[in-house]
Amino acid sequence: MNSEPLADCVHCGFCLPTCPTYVVSGQETESPRGRIYLMDLAARGEISVDEAFGGHIDSCLGCLACVPACPSGVRYDKLIESVRPQVEREVPRGFADRLFRRLIFALFPYPNRLRLAALAGLLYTRSGLRTLLHRLGVVERLPSRLRALEALLPPVGLQALFSSVPEMTPGRGEVRLRVGLLAGCANRVFFGDVNAATVRVLAAEGCDVYVPRDNQCCGALSSHAGHEEDGAERAKATIEMFERYRLDVVVANVAGCGSALKEYGDILSGSPDFAERAKAFSAKVRDITELLAELPARTARAPLDLRVAYHDACHLANAQGVRSQPREVLRSIPGLSVHDIAEAELCCGSAGIYNLVQPDTAEELGRRKAENLQATGPDVVATANAGCLLQIRRFLDEGITVVHPVQLLDASIRGVALFATADLNAKTRERR
Amino acid sequence: MTGDVRAEFVAALGADAVLADPVELRAYECDGLTGFRVVPALVLLPRTAAAVADAVRICARERIPFVARGAGTGLSGGALPVANGVVISLQRLRSIIEVDPVNRRAVVEPGVTNLDISRAAAPHGLYFAPDPSSQQVCTIGGNIAENSGGAHCLKYGFTVHHVLSADVVLPDGTTAVLGADSPHLGGYDLLGAFIGSEGTLGIATRITVKLLPKPAAVRTLVADFPSVEQAGDAVTSIIAAGIVPAAAEMMDAVAIEAVQAALDAGYSRDTAAALIVELDGPQAEVDIQFAEVRQLCQNHGTTNIRVAGDEHERALVWKGRKAAFAAVGRISPDYIVQDGVVPRTLLATALTRIGELAAAAGLRVSNVFHAGDGNLHPLVLYSEAAGELERAEELSRAIAELCVDLGGSLSGEHGIGTDKACSMPRQFSEDDLATMALLRAAYDTDGICNPGKVLPTPRLCGEKPGVHRPHPLEAAGLIERT
Repeated sequence: MNSEPLADCVHCGFCLPTCPTYVVSGQETESPRGRIYLMDLAARGEISVDEAFGGHIDSCLGCLACVPACPSGVRYDKLIESVRPQVEREVPRGFADRLFRRLIFALFPYPNRLRLAALAGLLYTRSGLRTLLHRLGVVERLPSRLRALEALLPPVGLQALFSSVPEMTPGRGEVRLRVGLLAGCANRVFFGDVNAATVRVLAAEGCDVYVPRDNQCCGALSSHAGHEEDGAERAKATIEMFERYRLDVVVANVAGCGSALKEYGDILSGSPDFAERAKAFSAKVRDITELLAELPARTARAPLDLRVAYHDACHLANAQGVRSQPREVLRSIPGLSVHDIAEAELCCGSAGIYNLVQPDTAEELGRRKAENLQATGPDVVATANAGCLLQIRRFLDEGITVVHPVQLLDASIRGVALFATADLNAKTRERR
Repeated sequence: MTGDVRAEFVAALGADAVLADPVELRAYECDGLTGFRVVPALVLLPRTAAAVADAVRICARERIPFVARGAGTGLSGGALPVANGVVISLQRLRSIIEVDPVNRRAVVEPGVTNLDISRAAAPHGLYFAPDPSSQQVCTIGGNIAENSGGAHCLKYGFTVHHVLSADVVLPDGTTAVLGADSPHLGGYDLLGAFIGSEGTLGIATRITVKLLPKPAAVRTLVADFPSVEQAGDAVTSIIAAGIVPAAAEMMDAVAIEAVQAALDAGYSRDTAAALIVELDGPQAEVDIQFAEVRQLCQNHGTTNIRVAGDEHERALVWKGRKAAFAAVGRISPDYIVQDGVVPRTLLATALTRIGELAAAAGLRVSNVFHAGDGNLHPLVLYSEAAGELERAEELSRAIAELCVDLGGSLSGEHGIGTDKACSMPRQFSEDDLATMALLRAAYDTDGICNPGKVLPTPRLCGEKPGVHRPHPLEAAGLIERT
């Protein structure tokens, strides 16, 4: 890897308190400063890229909380993304680890496969098998990764599983923008309601909304896990897909996907065919809350009498620098109060596939996040990322609903009670 | 170290609390002063005070040197490991045990960060006064070891003034409580000796600190000056007028450039020096003195005064100042943060002489300092890749010794550590040093507790090992070695 950016680190340690794995373990090697130090030693050939090294790179959530915290301007995001492929290449993984990772990458980026898996999950839950296995203590004896997979199964209904939004929804009144929405892969399967709410809100605010049907995974999972080539191929396909619609803006309502779309310009900077197109594409990408904060509101908003605890998704706050916009959007709803939480910069442990491959650390972080959220006494927890929604729901007390901010805005614009249609609050309790 | 001893550490602390992998050990080879590196034999991460004592007991029995480590932000190499020794990291002792607003104190474990104490006290309108620039990272255990100060120690004093008591593990593995809840004890001040001992007298495992009520009013201004000398004179006149600012801080043009590049804290880029003055206290007093400070700055030729309009702007001024060291990383590949004190009235002289030394060495020096108490932080900028390390270290040492020559001291708050041990004879007589060594030996008979720090040793300084010379008190038969 390139050792130049490594030299920017002056070892001051300002990143330490923002790093979730350091906060949990207290271990230098589990901190950005420690990881950069090891990367530097590896780049100089003083240490080998072995299992111990790889373990500390794998354990990084990639939440990037250390990036805004760094006074020296170290681009840890670039460093970790450039060392991950090296670990993938040079550190042999055990059979079970390889198999589990292959399963994840063969499942999550493919909505149809995921839908089948979700259907199996639905049968598993509804048939009473899940309750039975929990009662028998079988689930408790599963390896922690499988247990995490089981616990994260979202309580999605049959109808929601096969719902989809139209390819084109015309904007109401005079049309202000042509907006493309990335339906996502896991998002489309598990959070169809979030997509539906996004489309309704955009249309109500005078945007023509295009949702390409042939949407594949945008490559976020691959790029953030060190699978460079796969990430680049998926980026190209996504760019081509959206180019067909001649859009003013491309919107993401999943923070992880949005941050990947914004990185396309960097990811493809070396590709002769795509460098310019990728740059132009990335410049059009907005998170849904970013766009809504930019557009002067046209719609009337009915009051929602709710206390909302807002959780900053790492890939929104740290990777995209979007912090104030979601709060502004929420505060535009009369009657609703937004509450910031303690340790806001600490990741909830979701982090892409992290809660599946590093379940123990993820669980500790999830519990900590839930405690901090609950301390504000909220009716609702809002966060703008599918992974966080799944992760946080797993650890919250009964009676607190977890939603995407756009769902609250949608309810307010339509003047309906929250979740008149959504089954998001149909939380299954038996698995906890 | 034998496998048996390692197994004993594992048995006492648990397997996940003992790091022995060569790759992992490398991450502990230095603290915030990266020029000094030694790989330890083991790193221990105990979770409880009892486990710390267990670990030290094993070290004492086996005569294994140990070095306590907090967040590793120290700038004098105080947590530099010892080869074949162990590092005892206190980063898993992070509980805030109690905040007692009635008695205005908090009980914390050593791994709690300085800022987290203030955060925990904030709901009660209280805070912990010492505020080193690294306060969001550095821990109270390290603050005690180094007797840390910070921007506001001009008015509020150092860590030693804000600690009531500490449970400590002594170098033989026994435990003791130093100090008490009552601030007025008779006898020798053992807690006072412990605070600032740079980890050479033992390890604090439970600390009771004082909390102060937040001042009713705080006002902050940044005054630009066409020269550092004029800014220095302004500070002298403010203090001479009988005003004790909560803080009086200065940054020169190089530091301002770095800070602005890092986070745009609103400092003027086209000025030679920026002076931050903060006043706090009752509203009426602050208002009157604030007007005086403005007038005094004008008398000394300020070109622009920016007053922080609200809490947000004030926080930004401080965020910029506190990030200054690290921000210099943006304009120089490497740098050494020096820490020395000169009499306040000699600030201008010291800065001129530092400029001359830098020019002679062919290196750039940036000055960030606590102007109110003459505590300088010259930053020596260099490039290790360009082979400038040795020259930079020499320049840095020359600056510290210049401070002593001007009647000041080697260190204002970063400690002596490894970095300045060899300069100690410059400031202290042989008798002074021998007395300090006796005190240290009273706690650490075997010399296993952070050896090589603070006091010069032949190994460290390239001196010739000499014959033991008895202390005058020993020679007079008044004291004896045990």
